[in-house]
Amino acid sequence: MTVNIDIRFVLNGRTVQASVPADMSALALLRDKLGMTGTKLACGEGECGACTILIDGESVNACLMYAVDCDGREILSIEGLRTEEVLSDIQQAFVDHGAIQCGFCTPGMIIQAKYLVDNNPTLSLEELQRGLEGNVCRCTGYKKIFDAISDVANAEA
Amino acid sequence: MTAELKSDQGPEEYAAPSTIEEAARLMADGDALILAGGTDLKLQTGEGRIPYKKRLVNIRRIADLRGVTMDSGELRIGALTTMTDILKDELLGDMAPILAEAANHFASSQIRNVATIGGNICNASPAGDSLPALLVLDGEVELTCFDSGALTNRRVPLKDFFTGPGKTVKRAEELLSAVCFAVPEQRARARFLKSGPRPALEISVVSAALSALRDGNEVFHVRLAFGAVGPVPLRAMATEALLEGKTLTPQLIEEAVETLMGEISPIDDVRATAWYRGHLASVYLRRLLSDDC
Ligand SMILES: Cc1cc2nc3c(=O)[nH]c(=O)nc-3n(C[C@H](O)[C@H](O)[C@H](O)COP(=O)(O)OP(=O)(O)OC[C@H]3O[C@@H](n4cnc5c(N)ncnc54)[C@H](O)[C@@H]3O)c2cc1C
Ligand code: FES
Ligand code: FES
Repeated sequence: MTVNIDIRFVLNGRTVQASVPADMSALALLRDKLGMTGTKLACGEGECGACTILIDGESVNACLMYAVDCDGREILSIEGLRTEEVLSDIQQAFVDHGAIQCGFCTPGMIIQAKYLVDNNPTLSLEELQRGLEGNVCRCTGYKKIFDAISDVANAEA
Repeated sequence: MTAELKSDQGPEEYAAPSTIEEAARLMADGDALILAGGTDLKLQTGEGRIPYKKRLVNIRRIADLRGVTMDSGELRIGALTTMTDILKDELLGDMAPILAEAANHFASSQIRNVATIGGNICNASPAGDSLPALLVLDGEVELTCFDSGALTNRRVPLKDFFTGPGKTVKRAEELLSAVCFAVPEQRARARFLKSGPRPALEISVVSAALSALRDGNEVFHVRLAFGAVGPVPLRAMATEALLEGKTLTPQLIEEAVETLMGEISPIDDVRATAWYRGHLASVYLRRLLSDDC
């Protein structure tokens, strides 16, 4: 029988405790156990980036991560970006630029964009494009996404 | 629901040790599966390709296994060093930039943030991107186990480590703790090439690495390795021997290509045909030898 493990971690600023099967993914923990469905499941194999979250400030694919490995760590998912009634600057830029169509890739795109902007004060278009290699969008054609993120990167530069 | 294997085939025990010794003790009965970044393991176990063992041992809390150090003319890369770490590491950037070349087009940003070099080696895919680069650096893996009440280490040259797709000489009770190689000579030049239909997120159709010293057009200390042209990442030793100490001429390069074709054994699969892989290997060898590298 698969063992259940008690874990404790910080999710979007709040401490969370859960008991998880040792083979569960971090994505299943967020979506199915905690009801945080902002983080999306699309390919489930690390190819599309819809499940991107930040762990201790680094972006990862939640579908490839073990839930037990969340223990003791700090997680940021899309739900943690908004404060009160205000969107974060990257979220607002996506809205302003029309960088969202069906919206399925958007949570992952925005989290990965935050990782790139936070870690590179002089983010160039090429660096941005390379940084989003692991995020697939089937709707927008990427141009508006690049424009939205570039705006935020330039404003912070 | 997030589609996941309904879980009665998962591990019966789980541990996240913080020292190498604890990890080695937990592996001593040979009934433990190691979790590093999980980028191979999560999918392989999820699809049932690799069965879980009794115990899942998560080694990510072992700080001593992560990072790059230099000691007595040798570079040592801890097993948990990630592809992102390798891209950023200044020591490696100076001494062995070929590793950053291999890490640069590895998967995606998100995967590079967690994929470890130890996982890439232990997964033993013929297409593993760090492997041709480590082979031309004359890499050796350090294997650690807990035996008769003490930690013991052994070293295995990487060229003798792989025995087949997903198979190595590492025993189930052994932890791969590091990969080491002598600091390359200042004059040595090494290059890595990788091919796939897309520039990113691509398992290599063929990869190639060459390291050599050049004196004018003469090449010395030639090390040549290829990925995805056979059951294991291949050191092309016959081709190396042919080139060693010779002056590169168009004729010699064609002889080298011919020798290489006799050394590789590519297969047809979903990514490419055997013929195309052979063709690419020859193109890469010509490119590596004609490049000023
Ligand atoms: C979408 C996608 C794209 C990818 N692209 C590439 C690519 O471009 N190039 C490439 O080479 N690979 C690629 N991979 C494969 C994978 O990311 C790499 O092989 C990675 O380096 C594995 O490291 P990990 O830390 O995630 O290993 P894990 O998945 O944790 O482990 C892999 C295997 O090694 C064992 N293991 C790990 N560490 C140790 C240790 N220290 N001692 C003993 N056993 C150990 C585990 O038990 C497991 O069997 C890709 C994977 C995905 C999902
Ligand atoms: S769902 Fe995780 S990368 Fe696609
Ligand atoms: S907006 Fe539909 S996938 Fe990106």
